[in-house]
Amino acid sequence: MDPNSFWSSVFNFDNYGELLALLQNSLWAGAVLGVLGGLVGVFVVKRDLSFAVHGISELSFAGASLALLLGADVVLGSLIGSVAAALLLGLMGLKAREKNSLIGVLMPFGLGLGILFLSLYQGRAANKFSLLTGQIVSVDTVQLDALVVTAALVMAALAVLWRPLNFASDDPDVAAARGVPVKGLSLAFMLILGVSVALSIQIVGALLVLALLITPAAAAFKVTGSPLLVVLLSVAFAVTATVGGILLALGGSIPISPYVTTISFTIYLACWGIGAWRRKTGRNGRRLRVAEQRAAEPKGVSA
Amino acid sequence: MNQQQSAPEAAAPVMSLKGGGLSFGHRALWQGLDLDIRPGEFLAVLGANGSGKSSLLKVLLGLLPLSEGRLERHVPREKLGYVPQQKNFAPDTALRARDLVALGVDGHRWGIRRDRRRVHQVVDGLLEKVGALDYARVPVGQLSGGEQQRLRIAQAMASDPQVLLCDEPLLSLDPRHQNVVSALVNQRCREAGTAVVFVTHELNPVLPYVDRVLYLAQGRFRIGTPEEVMNTETLSELYQGHVEVVRSHDRLLVSGIPEQIHHEQEEVD
Ligand SMILES: Nc1ncnc2c1ncn2[C@@H]1O[C@H](COP(=O)(O)OP(=O)(O)O)[C@@H](O)[C@H]1O
Ligand SMILES: [Mg+2]
Repeated sequence: MDPNSFWSSVFNFDNYGELLALLQNSLWAGAVLGVLGGLVGVFVVKRDLSFAVHGISELSFAGASLALLLGADVVLGSLIGSVAAALLLGLMGLKAREKNSLIGVLMPFGLGLGILFLSLYQGRAANKFSLLTGQIVSVDTVQLDALVVTAALVMAALAVLWRPLNFASDDPDVAAARGVPVKGLSLAFMLILGVSVALSIQIVGALLVLALLITPAAAAFKVTGSPLLVVLLSVAFAVTATVGGILLALGGSIPISPYVTTISFTIYLACWGIGAWRRKTGRNGRRLRVAEQRAAEPKGVSA
Repeated sequence: MNQQQSAPEAAAPVMSLKGGGLSFGHRALWQGLDLDIRPGEFLAVLGANGSGKSSLLKVLLGLLPLSEGRLERHVPREKLGYVPQQKNFAPDTALRARDLVALGVDGHRWGIRRDRRRVHQVVDGLLEKVGALDYARVPVGQLSGGEQQRLRIAQAMASDPQVLLCDEPLLSLDPRHQNVVSALVNQRCREAGTAVVFVTHELNPVLPYVDRVLYLAQGRFRIGTPEEVMNTETLSELYQGHVEVVRSHDRLLVSGIPEQIHHEQEEVD
């Protein structure tokens, strides 16, 4: 492949205006998923569930492939797969280490099943590929409506659970002592996570769900210690990645996921750099009084 | 020992254990425990690792069922304050000092916070009480152990507790911070009449404040004033071996506690 055709398959802005109009639905879908991913991702990071997201997405992929093979609704198939996996993990309620080995066992199994179903499937190859790597689905209005409604339901549930879920995620022992239903919330969040993974797979594909559900939130945690700001930044980063990814991918002939992941990753790198710089300069919000400088930690701050 | 205060025995108990026992499998941690916790009382709980101190707090919090006997609670659940055993927050935990305290204010309520200004003011008041205003905006993962413990006390006080249950709040603190934290808890106890159950390995930092001691050892226990429990006879009987208690000035030195007790069990949360 010569360099020219490489670049034109990666970036191609011919007839951009027309494409944009055609793919308006996809853009909206990307924005909705970005908001959802950014919100859910905050709790994924807080609850240390990154690996679980990966496991859930593989089973979601298996469910979708089975649906494709049977001629059933693919979205429904992926939803069933991911919710079943999420609830299984939630119900086991295991300590992190056991949970991780269970996920490590489930993941290849789900992936294997998915590949089995796909290789039995006789239909269009593009359908197969997109389950793994995502696509700018030519989202029609009906699909968009379904996506928006589901995402809105998930966000409403998150809003209701917001404070106790934060309490249970940040400080589980004290939350339990205070009467917060820690176990119930954990299960409820796994359900939310399962649905979110299934929705995200439609856009970024099973392999790259992490770029939507983890990277933006992880980046946000690098630059702020404020619980509110972390949520806002995470959502902003995730929307930037999905919408930006779709805008860049429009004209090219490449799936959307490399664009989304590259934007996510770039944002993460920048945030990581900012965080490291802050730590080096000791900017952490401490108020230093001259008389108490001796007692304060020696961070090399010039007063 | 606060004798100038009205004797705590006068008031009705806020919580009582009646013949309480707790076992895991065949292993009994403690049995036949009758304990009245009264307003304004400072109760220290002592005992080796694995003797069931944290479990006792969990029972009192209603998080762990008794194997025998019963627990009577005469205050609403929200009026139980809990200072958990110290844990390490990751340095990039998105929780500043003030956010940790705010969890105690409204973290248990459904929905999102709408009265930000009110919560902010309440938190400021609590931070001021424990002397934590200077680091209010520092992420908790970047605070020292002593600073975190002060926040824990502010967090527990957010619900205006009638009972304050503290799990080894002095662990890994230097002597200065041990005194700061003990004094804060004692202040709450005396000013608001909050009953305090204070689990600790070291009695000396709280000795001036303690009304009663509950000593757990090898499935047995003793309850009484520090003088009644912390003496050579009682502890020797409890450990069934010779344990020497020496009082020098206002400190107690205990020696001869059988070695294996310390290493008997790792802590389990
Ligand atoms: N959920 C549990 N299941 C079984 N055993 C437990 C459980 N929790 C605590 N234990 C046992 O009870 C003992 C006492 O634990 P704990 O109350 O944490 O002791 P302490 O706080 O005095 O060090 C531990 O040694 C542990 O073996
Ligand atoms: Mg303990």
